[in-house]
Amino acid sequence: MSRKIVAAALLAALAGAAAAQEKVLRVVPHSNLSILDPIWTTQYMARNHGYMIYDTLFGTDEKSQVKPQMVDTWTVSPDRRLWTFRLREGLEFHDGKPVTGEDVIASLVRWGKRDAMGQKLMTFVERMDSPDPKTFRLFLREPCGFVLEALGKPSSNVPFIMPKRVADTPADKQIEEHIGSGPYIFKRDEFKPGDRAVYVKNPKYVPRKEPPSGTAGGKHVYVDRVEWNLALRDAQAQVNALAKGEVDVLERPAFESYEQLKKIPDVVLVTKDPLGFQYMARFNHLHPPFNNPKVRQAALAAMAQEPFLRAQVGVKEFYRTCPSMFTCGTPYGSAKGSEIQSKSNMKKAQELLKASGYDGTPVVILKPTDLAAIQKLPDVAAQLLRQAGFKVDLQAMDWNTVVSRRAKKEPPAQGGWNIFLTAWVAPDIWNPLTNAAIGAQGEKSWFGWPSDETIEKLRDEFARATDEAKKKALAEAIQVRAFEIVTHAPLGEYVNPLAARKNVTGWVIGPGDIYWNVKKN
Amino acid sequence: MAAFLARRLLATIPVLAVVAVLVFLMLRITPGDPAAILAGDAASAEQITRIRASLGLDRPIHVQFGIWLGQVLSGDLGESFFYKTKVSTLIGQRLEPTLSLAALTMLIAVTVAVPLGAAAAWRFGGWFDRALMGFSVLGFSLPVFVLAYVLIWLVSLKLGLLPVQGYQRLADGAWPWLRHLLLPALTLSIIYIALIARVTRASVLEALGEDYIRTARAKGLAELRVLVRHALANAAVPIVTVIGIGVALLIGGVVVTESVYAIPGLGRLTVDAVLARDFPTIQGVILFFSVAYVFINLLVDVSYVFLDPRIRY
Repeated sequence: MSRKIVAAALLAALAGAAAAQEKVLRVVPHSNLSILDPIWTTQYMARNHGYMIYDTLFGTDEKSQVKPQMVDTWTVSPDRRLWTFRLREGLEFHDGKPVTGEDVIASLVRWGKRDAMGQKLMTFVERMDSPDPKTFRLFLREPCGFVLEALGKPSSNVPFIMPKRVADTPADKQIEEHIGSGPYIFKRDEFKPGDRAVYVKNPKYVPRKEPPSGTAGGKHVYVDRVEWNLALRDAQAQVNALAKGEVDVLERPAFESYEQLKKIPDVVLVTKDPLGFQYMARFNHLHPPFNNPKVRQAALAAMAQEPFLRAQVGVKEFYRTCPSMFTCGTPYGSAKGSEIQSKSNMKKAQELLKASGYDGTPVVILKPTDLAAIQKLPDVAAQLLRQAGFKVDLQAMDWNTVVSRRAKKEPPAQGGWNIFLTAWVAPDIWNPLTNAAIGAQGEKSWFGWPSDETIEKLRDEFARATDEAKKKALAEAIQVRAFEIVTHAPLGEYVNPLAARKNVTGWVIGPGDIYWNVKKN
Repeated sequence: MAAFLARRLLATIPVLAVVAVLVFLMLRITPGDPAAILAGDAASAEQITRIRASLGLDRPIHVQFGIWLGQVLSGDLGESFFYKTKVSTLIGQRLEPTLSLAALTMLIAVTVAVPLGAAAAWRFGGWFDRALMGFSVLGFSLPVFVLAYVLIWLVSLKLGLLPVQGYQRLADGAWPWLRHLLLPALTLSIIYIALIARVTRASVLEALGEDYIRTARAKGLAELRVLVRHALANAAVPIVTVIGIGVALLIGGVVVTESVYAIPGLGRLTVDAVLARDFPTIQGVILFFSVAYVFINLLVDVSYVFLDPRIRY
């Protein structure tokens, strides 16, 4: 009897020791995780959840170059209309079933119905097939210049690969099974909305041999569990929890917290996404006064970037002015055409406004009061526009009211709007096809609904161009035209370094909030 | 008593019906479109329209109300637009933290406030009474978040005694559960200590002036026995009423405390749902609160019978 007791005690002790050795990375993400379908929504938290559990055909490295991820090799026919991809060995879903070409095709079909770049790609795709389980092919109607960029798209909506039975879910319905072939497995039974989400290491995941870079390269997992603390949202409470070691990582601390964080000895700040974000002001092109391009030009001339960045970010080392509508420091980042904003001043803005025939129509600016990352921008915009001679009606509301209201096409007096301000993560705006704000298809465009045939013609040419030099020239031409008609006003770029305990290392440089290669010592 | 209970329970039906109609209508007329919020930042107008249709929000309001009412009457509070989880499941997940926090807060508050209030009445006009009244004013005036940050700084960061945030389920162990709840409960209890102590003082003071107290003293009873057995017992009705109101408020309205201490309770769920325009969750949670308030009030009313034998229903 006593032997049994000793054996039981030993087993219990061993189990306890094993549990004690389990490495748990405790993360405070930048927002709440509410939707678990990264194809159905463009929310960044859903995208980050996707990166935990799904894998992608291609990735984008820290130099914005597309690299293979699930794909091993690929070929393109001489007429560039047939793309043949071979999947690498060892790809397996969390339920133990192998990843096949059929899974890939079903995933791409669903993604192609939701994502703007995916929809564009599908206009080129005649059909797709999978001649054997490890191969899939794209048959194009005509050559297309962005096949790899689309398949390696690093931000929402990312073409994540799901099992066919999941990907066959209608695109306007959310998936109910959360199984991927990615480096982590989602613990559905431990998911408590608004409280926590848990991911455990996928022991069967076979990483690529290349070093990790951005969303490309080997996805090595060095922790057993990643726990997202979804309840800890108060900025000061986050700092306190990190200082005390109750959490390991703050994904995006409030700018006001950095001075305090710098003074905590066991905490480091990591700029893992040097490309960061870009602020922008969006004009409503449907209604006066911004249905007049000359008025938009006057507003753009008034919107010098520095005041926005100084007020909103405040920490000089975290922001930079950027004359490009595409992200500065990426292949299409350029200053071409930006002089109307970058070389302007308030006197010029006042002259432009006078010449525009502006009749004093009040400009309704939507100001979110509950989104710390952008809530000061509208105040700066209001002040600058007033100085230029505009009448401004600054309306305060919560962010989700802004989100609802900006979708309204009615005139401002009937619940519509004239300007809202927002921020984009770099990959979402770094080329003419991903940058929703630069699209000019009228009422089919992103909120604000600019309409311009020249831009759309150039974007079509860009989509067809396969030569990189030509693509760059087209991107510049698009930007010049976008500044001419003022689709929107870029307001500068910023980074939002994460804060982590010093014993957490191995951060992968590149866009997105990703947790492979991270070590907890 | 049985007839009283039956009457009160029946009376809850029109209350819940009015709450249901009002909440439903208010949500539909306030600005904010769940479809636009769900779709994300880069969504097109077409995508938003499709989502709105998939949620059934493109149907006439009376049709939407009919569908929801049918669900509620069959015991189904619906499914969250965002979490794709049953609202009853969401409420169930958040109930334990909220009830735990409410229970511990009221335990601390009652344990501290009732003796203090009674003692202040007993020593009416003295330094203790004045000090307690001063504390009461402070307790009412101090914003909860300020007190929370001060306590976190002192107890957690400087002394390292308790965690700064989070909640541990009771099933994971009584001590971890208590460690995580002590600071938030202490923070919240200050205002209730102030409130209950004031009410206790006033009630006991009134009782101490009654003839039966003079009689008890004339019989030669010890002063402590006079205070506890005769004065406090007769002052219990208003005290229990305030405690009942306190519990009801704690179940629905401790958002600030839940935010600062990262407790995933019902208050936080409500605020998240309101900000996200998650109509089914808001409707479900408010109906739940209404039922909870009705039952707490009922319990308080029933308790009067035991506290004051003169009361009959």
